[in-house]
Amino acid sequence: MGIIEAKDLVHEYYRRDEEGNVESIETAVNHVNLTVEPGQFISILGHNGSGKSTLAKHINALLLPTEGSLWVDGKDTSVHANELPIRKTAGMVFQNPDNQIIASVVEEDVGFGPENIGIETDEIWRRVEKALTAVGMWEYRSHSPNRLSGGQKQRVAIAGVMAMEPKCIILDEPTAMLDPDGRKEVIETVHELNRKKGVTVILITHYMEEVVDSDYVYVMEKGSVVMKGKPREIFSQVEALKQYRLDVPQVTLLAHELRQAGMDIPEGILTREELLEALCH
Amino acid sequence: MLKDITLGQYYPVNSVIHRLDPRVKLLGTLVYIICLFVADHVAGFIFMTAVLAAVILLSKVPFSYMVRGLKAIVMLLVIAAAFNLFLTPGEAAVTLWKISITWAGIRSALLMVFRMTYLIIGTSIMTLTTTPNQLTDGLEKSLGVLNLVHVPVHEIAMMMSIALRFIPILIEETDKIMKAQMARGADFEKKGLVNKAKAMVPLLVPLFVSAFRRANDLALAMEARCYHGGAGRTKMKPLHYQKRDAVAYILLAVVMIVSIAIAVVW
Amino acid sequence: MSLILDHVSYTYSVGSGYEVNALNDVNLKIDDGEFIGIIGHTGSGKSTLVQHLNGLIRATSGTIYYNGADIYDKDYDRKELRTQVGMVFQYPEHQLFETTVFEDVKYGPKNQGLDDKQATLRAYEALQKVKFPEENYDASPFELSGGQKRRAAIAGVIAMKPAVLILDEPTAGLDPKGRDEILDLIKEMHEKSKITIILVSHSMEDVANYVDRIIVMEKGAPLLDGSPREVFAHDKQLEKIGLAVPQVTYLMHDLAAKGYAVDPDVTTVEEAKQEILRVFGNR
Repeated sequence: MGIIEAKDLVHEYYRRDEEGNVESIETAVNHVNLTVEPGQFISILGHNGSGKSTLAKHINALLLPTEGSLWVDGKDTSVHANELPIRKTAGMVFQNPDNQIIASVVEEDVGFGPENIGIETDEIWRRVEKALTAVGMWEYRSHSPNRLSGGQKQRVAIAGVMAMEPKCIILDEPTAMLDPDGRKEVIETVHELNRKKGVTVILITHYMEEVVDSDYVYVMEKGSVVMKGKPREIFSQVEALKQYRLDVPQVTLLAHELRQAGMDIPEGILTREELLEALCH
Repeated sequence: MLKDITLGQYYPVNSVIHRLDPRVKLLGTLVYIICLFVADHVAGFIFMTAVLAAVILLSKVPFSYMVRGLKAIVMLLVIAAAFNLFLTPGEAAVTLWKISITWAGIRSALLMVFRMTYLIIGTSIMTLTTTPNQLTDGLEKSLGVLNLVHVPVHEIAMMMSIALRFIPILIEETDKIMKAQMARGADFEKKGLVNKAKAMVPLLVPLFVSAFRRANDLALAMEARCYHGGAGRTKMKPLHYQKRDAVAYILLAVVMIVSIAIAVVW
Repeated sequence: MSLILDHVSYTYSVGSGYEVNALNDVNLKIDDGEFIGIIGHTGSGKSTLVQHLNGLIRATSGTIYYNGADIYDKDYDRKELRTQVGMVFQYPEHQLFETTVFEDVKYGPKNQGLDDKQATLRAYEALQKVKFPEENYDASPFELSGGQKRRAAIAGVIAMKPAVLILDEPTAGLDPKGRDEILDLIKEMHEKSKITIILVSHSMEDVANYVDRIIVMEKGAPLLDGSPREVFAHDKQLEKIGLAVPQVTYLMHDLAAKGYAVDPDVTTVEEAKQEILRVFGNR
């Protein structure tokens, strides 16, 4: 069994009118099956409203399944007693960097999680140092978060999760509100945590270029998983990606168009070097 | 335009005042306020000025930075001073047309300005040198007794600390929304109370919506990081009295005694 | 009919003691009907620059002329200027406040002094222009999807019929489809209404497909100014300041370096495709 295991997961939102009568039911997650092995780097792609964020919130037990079930590290999320252990195992980073930093000093914010789970003072400091060093923000430990750039704020948020020493972190569109520099910064940090600390990563995004280095990619549409595979397999289906409102990186798109025009170029080109190679071979 | 508000903003430098236990600073602020109201004579003013100057120097916070916080209340000061100046009965010092300024009026106006200014500066030293988390920790610990009568001290302290964290963000947001509405032809300098209130709607509604959205996000983020109230929480920076805190308590007592002595003798 | 910036500088003092030169002696001329992209990263001064154009920020020194008149003149009507030079801020949906979308869009025209009937007409036109779904005209702006909110907010500005429209990161936070839709919409407005468009962005790839002129901002002043081709030809210089040229431009540079006779300065996927097909032909 993987560290995260979703089986036929369904989540429905009930919209109620003022008297509390159900007006409509919207299925945000529709019979999703998902297995994530420890140490993997998984990406979930999809446009706004495809259900990917709803799915993410289940992994942290912030939402509970309407139907089906979800296990995190062997624990069923729908069992109330598992709530805290699950949140310790699977930490979550959100989209808006401002709205998830609780303290007015960087180090105090990173210490917030460990404080909540009753870690002893000396151990908290050890963890805070380790987490801030891991994301490259140790020298900013006594700064106010308000003076940091978006990318730095997100790295602090990641450190805040890392300080709880989770086995897995889920990042829900961590780069949607950042500029290109900040986006790069955050994605590189996450990859490094995955490589060096062996943390399982689930990255939720709508930027295709961020998923190129994942082990496995899921594409969601209308609450269902519509594509899954290695990045190269996903990227070779340009027409399908376009249909799911996803953006194909320029190089991949160019390679695809050239192939359509009859040139002998393989499918699933991911980088400039690969296309150059294919053209000049 | 709104960025000048320094009230409640922590100023990160490393000074003795910064390192003091927040409980000392809380009590110190209280003592300071009492002393301010005890002082009603030049000698008292001089003594309080010396105390304030010493603390400011020790805190390493630039004086100009503190004074910026005063800008916001200048208008208030002027109005209050004017009331004191013109409405205090007594022997007239100057008479202009039908209004007369009395010696007692001048005295109480000066006293008022002195007290208000020193009050703002003094209390802002507290927030300038103490992170909101320390401040709330200090409050939580000082008021811990209230837990016995079921006052949720931890929750109140947490709320305060979050409020302080979001003040600068909401100020920036206000600035942004104001500009956006001005770009749509809004006029925030309209005359008349009704017009003014009407002009505020396009500013306040988006601000509230945004505050609620942020609160919602934050609650989720806190929950995701295992927050479940005060029970079973440990402290990253637990409060332990140091030698310097003992020294500070003694100094506080001295300040208190001296200012009472001054008030009694003169 | 144009906007001219004459030695415009803006210094903004964060604390006493240290100041930030947000704009540094900027000289620019923006002609009627241009479609301009202003690019730079966070802190380069691009947002500060555009907020000068409609008088929301006043320059510390220098002058701005709109249609020949000095906007800092004592009797210049800067409120009127703001309706002439419309400004869509980043995340403009955060400014929505009315009970219905339609009422919200009417806010700008009403501030211009138009009567209810005229304002209604303007709002209708604006919502049509941004292709806002008609069934939602009376919906609360807070119940819409992200993309629709943004359209409604943009409509709120164009309902004032500005001659110049500035958009600060209009696609921030949208997904790729939403982004393309908004950019296409802006392009269409430019073509049909012939208004001047100034698009602030940090994405080269987004902008290259749409604009006629790119101004690269760095440290509070324009570093490069020209057509996308001219600007992207300086790839080394752009890289030095942390801005990347579109991937296809890099590819063509690589090909040219290998001795292939391709035009190195193409900026879009379509152009690159044509060039490669031309040179590599029927292989």
